[in-house]
Amino acid sequence: MTEELAHTPEGAPVRGPRGLVFEIGAPESSCVLGPALDVPDLDSATLEELGLRQRPPRLPHVSELEIMRHYSHLAEMNFGVDNGFYPLGSCTMKYNPRIGEDACRLEGFAGLHPSQPYSSVQGALQLMFELQEALAELTGLPGVTLQPAAGAHGELAALLVFRAAHIAEGDPRKRVIIPDTAHGTNPATVTMCGYETVTVPSGPDGLIDVDTVCSLLDDQVAALMLTNPNTLGLFEKRILELTEAAHAAGAFVYCDGANMNALLGRSRPGDMGFDALHVNLHKTFATPHGGGGAGSGPVCVTSRLATYLPAPVAVRRQDGTFALETPPDSIGRVRSAAGNFAVLVRAYTYIRAVGGDGLAEVTDQAVLSANYLKERLKDVFDVAQDRTCMHEFVLSSSSLKRRTGVRTLDVAKRLLDHGVHPPTVYFPLVVEEALMIEPTETEPLSALDAFAEALASVALEAQTDPDLVKGAPYTTPVRRIDEVRAAREPDLRWRPSD
Amino acid sequence: MRFVSITCEQREAMLAVVGAKTVDALFEDIPPAARLERPLDLPDGMSEIDLARHMRGLSARNRHAGDTVVFAGAGCYDHHIPSVVDHVVRRPEFFTAYTPYQPEVSQGTLQAIYEYQTMVCELTAMDVANASMYDGATAFVEAALMACRLTRRSRVLVAGSVLPEWAQALSTYASSGLFEAVTVPARGGAVDPGLVRESITEDTAAVLVASPNMWGSLEEVGALARAAHDGGALLVVAANPVLLGLLEPPGALGADIVVAEGQSLGGSMSFGGPGLGLFACRSEHLRQLPGRLVGRTVDVDGSAAFVLTLSTREQHIRREKATSNICSNHALNALATGVHLCALGARGLADIARASMAKARYLRDGLIASGRFKAPWEHPFGYEFALTFDGDLSGMRDRMMERGYLAGVPMPSPEGETVVFAVTEKRTRQEMDAFIREVGAL
Repeated sequence: MTEELAHTPEGAPVRGPRGLVFEIGAPESSCVLGPALDVPDLDSATLEELGLRQRPPRLPHVSELEIMRHYSHLAEMNFGVDNGFYPLGSCTMKYNPRIGEDACRLEGFAGLHPSQPYSSVQGALQLMFELQEALAELTGLPGVTLQPAAGAHGELAALLVFRAAHIAEGDPRKRVIIPDTAHGTNPATVTMCGYETVTVPSGPDGLIDVDTVCSLLDDQVAALMLTNPNTLGLFEKRILELTEAAHAAGAFVYCDGANMNALLGRSRPGDMGFDALHVNLHKTFATPHGGGGAGSGPVCVTSRLATYLPAPVAVRRQDGTFALETPPDSIGRVRSAAGNFAVLVRAYTYIRAVGGDGLAEVTDQAVLSANYLKERLKDVFDVAQDRTCMHEFVLSSSSLKRRTGVRTLDVAKRLLDHGVHPPTVYFPLVVEEALMIEPTETEPLSALDAFAEALASVALEAQTDPDLVKGAPYTTPVRRIDEVRAAREPDLRWRPSD
Repeated sequence: MRFVSITCEQREAMLAVVGAKTVDALFEDIPPAARLERPLDLPDGMSEIDLARHMRGLSARNRHAGDTVVFAGAGCYDHHIPSVVDHVVRRPEFFTAYTPYQPEVSQGTLQAIYEYQTMVCELTAMDVANASMYDGATAFVEAALMACRLTRRSRVLVAGSVLPEWAQALSTYASSGLFEAVTVPARGGAVDPGLVRESITEDTAAVLVASPNMWGSLEEVGALARAAHDGGALLVVAANPVLLGLLEPPGALGADIVVAEGQSLGGSMSFGGPGLGLFACRSEHLRQLPGRLVGRTVDVDGSAAFVLTLSTREQHIRREKATSNICSNHALNALATGVHLCALGARGLADIARASMAKARYLRDGLIASGRFKAPWEHPFGYEFALTFDGDLSGMRDRMMERGYLAGVPMPSPEGETVVFAVTEKRTRQEMDAFIREVGAL
């Protein structure tokens, strides 16, 4: 590949992709040399016994400067929270405080081996224990494991906990009820845990239909899996009835905690009757998303279920020291380590930075900012549910599409030309041409206003020059991508013949 | 500290636009019985100065690789990480980005992952690699599930020489009832391919092994592949990615799926997490591959461009019929691994594998010569090996930690409790001589 110049309508050149890292550097280039060997080298008999590679791996051969240039260029083609507004619904793209980045890199955290004796990692175990305690207080669910690596991983751990509890009580069950607004991970997790999914439609008010749920609750339902507030940004007002009905039928109730940013200090899933939830530390607790991970998905459960939690959990022993222990009826490990520790350090740092009052302010501002944006936009786009929302809300381009042929996808792509990351699109599935917007509490008012104006100007363009919108984006490092070709002719790795 | 940028005055103006008198009015949908009517019982916020001091204080209560000599591995290794790695990873365009669902503004993440996928294929000698998974253990479990889908069988044989944490994760996932995991016992430091062959039945989907295994021994991958294939099963191999720089990769020995813990390629140990799950398979099995994939294509102008692809396998499209519930990957760790492998190159990686193996042999000989340790078996190994100790192992580790050494990882075996030592290229002869002397004098 040679350097490409993509031109905007205004003629400003933007640098697009350059060569792959395999295509730069001279074959003899290298960067980091191995240490001088201070012990006898391996003899040839040993090497032969071990079985040497027939052909060395074709790895890049570049100097340190070439590495920095290559990855700096890649970074310039990326968009992060530090680059601009990132109103992705259900993803909580808030600012990632830098002190967390510094804290997790302290040698006393980054340099710990998981097999160290507990006496040599008391600071780390104390941090984990205190983080567990903080999450228990915030969720009202006292049993906490920090082990799951992500939200979906937490869902899996929790459903296996439900399964173990039902089996222990001699009452194994088959089905899990989820609403049609659920994240895709919910039904996928249900399958991985050996259950069948029963999908319940939402009512016209955007809330789960309580009567339908009650009619489905029988002695084969293991759990009801909800998101509260739900993915339309609405609080499930009849949550107490739902959890009571489920419990009366012997089922557990799971809360997908993706939307915890709407609840801090206002309401606790444990007090709503939930038996378990996962918390996304990379959403609510400001740890970076990292372009897709690593995140962290701790699970909080009732005291009844704590005995089944995955091993290990951090405990404070009677003498005041900290240790890792396996709960008595643990389902076992769900991965190697006790948690994504470097992410736990960042989340702990964030909680200590803002404190209890600060966390309550986070939720208050997140909810106010979402309602403010909804008010500013409700005359420009259709609002899926025109009432007070929680931390996010859903718009629809349905009318716009009818009038102009411009779809949500086009609106999203045109927003890129305004330097804004688009909202979550085409989700939840129950809203046609959905745009799901979550501003988060960290955005300044000027960013919210600029976003409202950008969306309004795209809507206006859709009327005056729909083709302009349909052809967007123009100013990005690459333009609309041929995804069909990507799927039909999969090119998933470089080969030297390319 | 406070990260909200909106002022009190602005908040009043926003409330006016919303038409609410107070923020409380926005929470009226919450039933009174579910409201928290008290302040959170959490400590107050802190200033940055105080918080930095507090975090340093907590970290100072840990011994760490900067003040101890690490001879422990078991899936988490103290390898050198070139400075350039963290300088790339700290670029905020990478670490403050979300999943690259909008490819036009995510070419950096996407291209970096495409390059990472290529490097994983090259290391393992496989056709296709995904964009990564949570860690080696979960990649191992996903490989078992994938093998069950591919063979339409529901039983996997797992070698008794696989790291206990990995075997436990497998058995936790098996509690779903979707598949059964049966252990083939390992003796003499490795699993016997003949015993594996005898254990395969017509519902065996896969044989799962680790090479090197929990004791550091290399398994007979070629013979295991033949045994698995003769029984209509697949072979899943968990590899050590550093050794792949020098030793024949599982892909060249007949493995169908290769997984690995990738922490040793550019990840800090960080108490074991986050890790990085390397996952690679053959092209004919692509449609059952779990996790994200990046592909190269073109944009409307014909420029090369990268995009997440084949997502009809994934949960956000297929929901309950997806290949896995995994939604994320460990993208930032995969980025670090890409940079790390650029910094080393094929030659640097081979040098590190060779240096680590040479040093491991030096330490092993020295420990045995000290008279306190014995070799439970003679078996080919990489840079990790098992010995038995003629005393209280846990007491020895505690006392050596006080002296500044992390003295191996205790590991059970049918031949009695062993301690498994790992020696990376970072260890010096001086450190090893001192350790041998001090542990011998206990």
